[in-house]
Amino acid sequence: MTAPEISEAAVKLEGVWVSFNGVTILEDVSLTIEAGRYVGILGPNGAGKSTLLKVILGLIRPQRGEARVFGEPPEKLRHHGNVVGYLPQRPLGNPRFPVTALDVVLMGRYGRIGLFKRPRREDREMARRRLEDLGISHLADRLIGDLSGGEQQRVFIARALGVEPRILVLDEPTVSLDVCVQDDIFEMINTLREKLHLTVLIVSHDIGAVARHMDDVVCINRRIHVHQPPPIGRLGLESTFGCAVEYLFHGEIPHRVVKSRDD
Amino acid sequence: MIDLFTLGFLQRALVAGILVSLLCGVLSTFVVLRRMAFIGVGISHSAFGGVALGFLLGVDPLWTGIGFALMVALLIEYAQTRTTVEEDTAIGIFFAASMALGLVFLHLSRAYNVDVFGFLFGNILAIGAQQLWQILVVTVGVLAVILAFFKELVFLSFDEEMAWVSGVPVKALRYLFLVIMALVVIVTIYLVGIILVSALLVIPGAIAQNLARQLKTMVWVSTGVAVGSAVGGLMLSYAIDFPSGATIVLVLAVLYLLTSGLRPWLHHR
Ligand SMILES: Nc1ncnc2c1ncn2[C@@H]1O[C@H](COP(=O)(O)OP(=O)(O)OP(=O)(O)O)[C@@H](O)[C@H]1O
Ligand SMILES: [Mg+2]
Repeated sequence: MTAPEISEAAVKLEGVWVSFNGVTILEDVSLTIEAGRYVGILGPNGAGKSTLLKVILGLIRPQRGEARVFGEPPEKLRHHGNVVGYLPQRPLGNPRFPVTALDVVLMGRYGRIGLFKRPRREDREMARRRLEDLGISHLADRLIGDLSGGEQQRVFIARALGVEPRILVLDEPTVSLDVCVQDDIFEMINTLREKLHLTVLIVSHDIGAVARHMDDVVCINRRIHVHQPPPIGRLGLESTFGCAVEYLFHGEIPHRVVKSRDD
Repeated sequence: MIDLFTLGFLQRALVAGILVSLLCGVLSTFVVLRRMAFIGVGISHSAFGGVALGFLLGVDPLWTGIGFALMVALLIEYAQTRTTVEEDTAIGIFFAASMALGLVFLHLSRAYNVDVFGFLFGNILAIGAQQLWQILVVTVGVLAVILAFFKELVFLSFDEEMAWVSGVPVKALRYLFLVIMALVVIVTIYLVGIILVSALLVIPGAIAQNLARQLKTMVWVSTGVAVGSAVGGLMLSYAIDFPSGATIVLVLAVLYLLTSGLRPWLHHR
């Protein structure tokens, strides 16, 4: 499945430490993700998954260590405006914000469009196509705050895809989505990934889905845990989650673990 | 009616009122969407310290007022991003301190004869040619900046993190917006006075949010409401001999109550 060519590292973290108010959230995290991989990130609540993504995006500067995305520091990379598609964990801050679903997806194009320019017809068509991909083109002209939780979530996934990014970073994309759509979306993202050679990072609590759809699994709980590939051992997950996860995890599902360094 | 417009100071008052309310209307949309109403209160009240300093030093209170408003605006932003102080706590402290400073300056200057009352409650009829020029420059500058960065301002008001990731100069625009607020607050003081400035920064946007379902419509409605209330309020105050600033704000407040009552009907079509 992976091309035999020499792939450049999409994401490279080296010895990253992050702490908030003296509490260490990420401890000496090193991680390399090759371009074009489909990576799931697992871990219990408060483990530092969103924090890890924000370090990769440049939203949080690590106290120690460094992050590189396609060889560049993320705070430089952002100026390209079209490399990263991001779905925040709670994307809708103000439910009364008077914008339509289509407007929201168009915002994903703003970095590409650049300063002092307006969205053009191509951008609108692109945004509509992304809504179609997510099965919500009929909601294009509805206000974002009037949509159901799952519909909103799909709009924000469409926005991340609307960037036409090289790397897609999704923080819990399937919360509040119904079961059928969950699988569809993971599949659709996979199709896009193969077609466009996207690198995809997804935080999810759905261990089954992660194991079913993704190439690589990163387990994180303050530190990055390495477990023997393949398959994910139950013990590995249990040491990440600190509780028995058997009920979430049926059978031994084959997967691979990304190159990573602990200790 | 014709008489009313041929009088020089009334013409100036009207032009000033239209320009200032136009500015406030446009800005108000963002103030409401970014939930910065209290920052507006803080910046406008802290201008009092600067205005009083102007009296003390004998310089145009516009400059010292802008200085104080800017300083407090930037302090609030700094306190919010760099320390653990809550934003509303920081605002409460800084604007109270700035007003207290203003009282001390007034005391020192013993300038009770100057028009302190006019600065506190607005005296639009006292606007001279110089003030009108200041207002014009601020209006053109601020509208140009907002127009140039409209798309980015909307994006960062909606989702600051994604805007940052998409390369929007979030930090620069946040500061720029505060500078704009400080400038607009100062010129609005001519119209309604320090105490009532925040009303013009908040109520037009709030009314527009009641009426409009689209962002661009909201900006137009907010601007229209602000200009309409300023002109209407000025004429009404002239007709019934009420204080003009207070009349404008009361017109806005009544419109807000009316549109809030209408909201359930407007949004059930
Ligand atoms: N800005 C912040 N200030 C202070 N503490 C923070 C901040 N951001 C995160 N934390 C803390 O860091 C820890 C990790 O947070 P993070 O959001 O990364 O967890 P997560 O793994 O994404 O959890 P969840 O599954 O609940 O989304 C939490 O204990 C949280 O309280
Ligand atoms: Mg999280």
